Amino acid sequence: MHSVVCIKQVPDSAQIRVHPVTNTIMRQGVPAIINPYDLFALEEALRLKDKHGGRVTVITMGPPQAEAALRKALSYGADEIILVTDKAFAGADTLATSFALASAIRKIHETHPVTLVFTGKQTIDGDTAQVGPGIAKRLELQLLTYVSRINEVDEGEGTITVERRAEGGVQLLKTALPCLVTMLEGTNDMRRGSLPDQLRAARHEMTRWDRVAAGIEDVTRIGLKGSPTVVNKVFTPSPRAEKAEMVTVDSGRAADLAVELIARLGQRFPVVEAELARRAG
Amino acid sequence: MSNNAPVKKKRKFELDPRLAAYKGVWVFIEHERGQVHPVSWELLGEGRKLADMLGVELAGVVLAAPGDDGKRFCHDAFAYGADLCYLMESPVLKDYRNDPFTRGMTELVNTYQPEVLLLGATTQGRDLAGSVATTLLTGLTADCTSLTIDLDNRSLAATRPTFGGSLLCTIVTLNYRPQMATVRPRVMAMPERQEGRGGRIVEHPLAMAEESIITKVLDYIPDDSRDKPQLPFADIIVSGGKGLAKAENFQLVWDLARVLGAEVGASRPVVQAGWAELDRQVGQSGKTVRPKLYIAAGISGAIQHRVGMEGADCIIAINNDPNAPIFDFAHYGIVGDALQILPALTDAFRQKLATTRRAG
Repeated sequence: MHSVVCIKQVPDSAQIRVHPVTNTIMRQGVPAIINPYDLFALEEALRLKDKHGGRVTVITMGPPQAEAALRKALSYGADEIILVTDKAFAGADTLATSFALASAIRKIHETHPVTLVFTGKQTIDGDTAQVGPGIAKRLELQLLTYVSRINEVDEGEGTITVERRAEGGVQLLKTALPCLVTMLEGTNDMRRGSLPDQLRAARHEMTRWDRVAAGIEDVTRIGLKGSPTVVNKVFTPSPRAEKAEMVTVDSGRAADLAVELIARLGQRFPVVEAELARRAG
Repeated sequence: MSNNAPVKKKRKFELDPRLAAYKGVWVFIEHERGQVHPVSWELLGEGRKLADMLGVELAGVVLAAPGDDGKRFCHDAFAYGADLCYLMESPVLKDYRNDPFTRGMTELVNTYQPEVLLLGATTQGRDLAGSVATTLLTGLTADCTSLTIDLDNRSLAATRPTFGGSLLCTIVTLNYRPQMATVRPRVMAMPERQEGRGGRIVEHPLAMAEESIITKVLDYIPDDSRDKPQLPFADIIVSGGKGLAKAENFQLVWDLARVLGAEVGASRPVVQAGWAELDRQVGQSGKTVRPKLYIAAGISGAIQHRVGMEGADCIIAINNDPNAPIFDFAHYGIVGDALQILPALTDAFRQKLATTRRAG
């Protein structure tokens, strides 16, 4: 059993601030973390290894700093980590990203045949959920998205059975290995890295693959050139034409504020008044 | 340059003639267990505007098994604004599966060549959109909060939150067709249903045998929705944020919600802190809601929250920071301590409802 887990290093979005004047992201001091959704994928891969043996390879495409995310993954118990990094990847949208990652996974497969590819359901910075399906299509793997549970992996038979979140229920799906799984959040708890693994992670010699090492010849398929989508502008939303009507009362008492608010509400928003009447009825 | 008049920068752009043949706006009509997902109708409403701007037809795309009522879904799509529907029926399209749906959709796109293809950002729509875009090697923009057409070059300008919902960005797909986008449920308004509005159905077969499909659906377990929060379709929502200071205080949100018969929502930091469950998170990474009344207590109003609730008819914001961004888009603002105002509102609404009840 060989699982390849794709992770992404992302800024901790809870701590992102936007510069009030220039409307640009203030990156300084924002800690970089492993995309939280990817941890569910990594933990699932580690559990399969606990049960069936084999290995877990973790890869990421990103700038040299993304090394830290990979070392963290190693400290949780991954066997191998690969940083796919090249200036030529800069500006990649999801189509170009899935092309590069698929090429790297194909390369990994040459030396260690891959049973399962894992991704998180989406990242917290891009929120697209497009790279997982993209990799599956490019590698012609069966795609299992939003998996809430892996019920069974039968290596002998070459099959996997999973529970997949659909809109109004759960699909029980069975497919053939190798395949690609995107894990849903909240499906497991990431283990704590053992002390030996933490030491190993700190000392581990990083494997860095540039474009050529990742098996990519055609530069028009990666980076900006390989990206059909173009970001035209980045901006903050404009306030409504009218700002909020501020409710104040002379007494300053909360009870009076509440009564005043409800009185004004009824006059300006008949739709709310009608809804309240319906509930009173 | 001799004069100082500002020169408007224009992107020089010629669409490849082969791509210029792509015409029309399409909406994927998503269904599960005999029900069309309402996001499909919301998208038809939005698609209608885009099609009218472009001067082209609006089409629904229905992929279904013969016993699935596909024809009825087409007629519903006409009532919500579609001019025509592409109907692909095959036994392999029973239950959503990635392979047959991707194959069916790509075949329809390659045959009939739409310039815009919209899908709901649901588990089904996102699974399909990512696969179709990769197969067709075209651009896809996820979770758009507004869509329009740049008439200079007929391109779809798709706006979505970026950087974890700290900013918005507008994305275009220039020399690729179709231009694809997904939109989350409840982001766009539900269009009026026009009974008796007709359209034409274009049937297209799918030559795919069950034996060639690797993934099998063994079972489907419907959710027991009775105990699950139903935020997206709630008419009144009371939401709490980190301004409530600690987990115990979140009870004040529940108290007001109980009096109003409202659903309880929460901001992302509150969910991350474990004060409320994930199903209650409102915002870009949670649920998008369109209630008649939204009461936000102790929520600052970051973009990532705003895009999830600004479709509400009336927003009441309570925050102790007079400069909180939420006052830029709320309808009513109260500057003050939510811990005092929430109980006061609970009492005042209880009285108001009692008075209305007596009067009625």
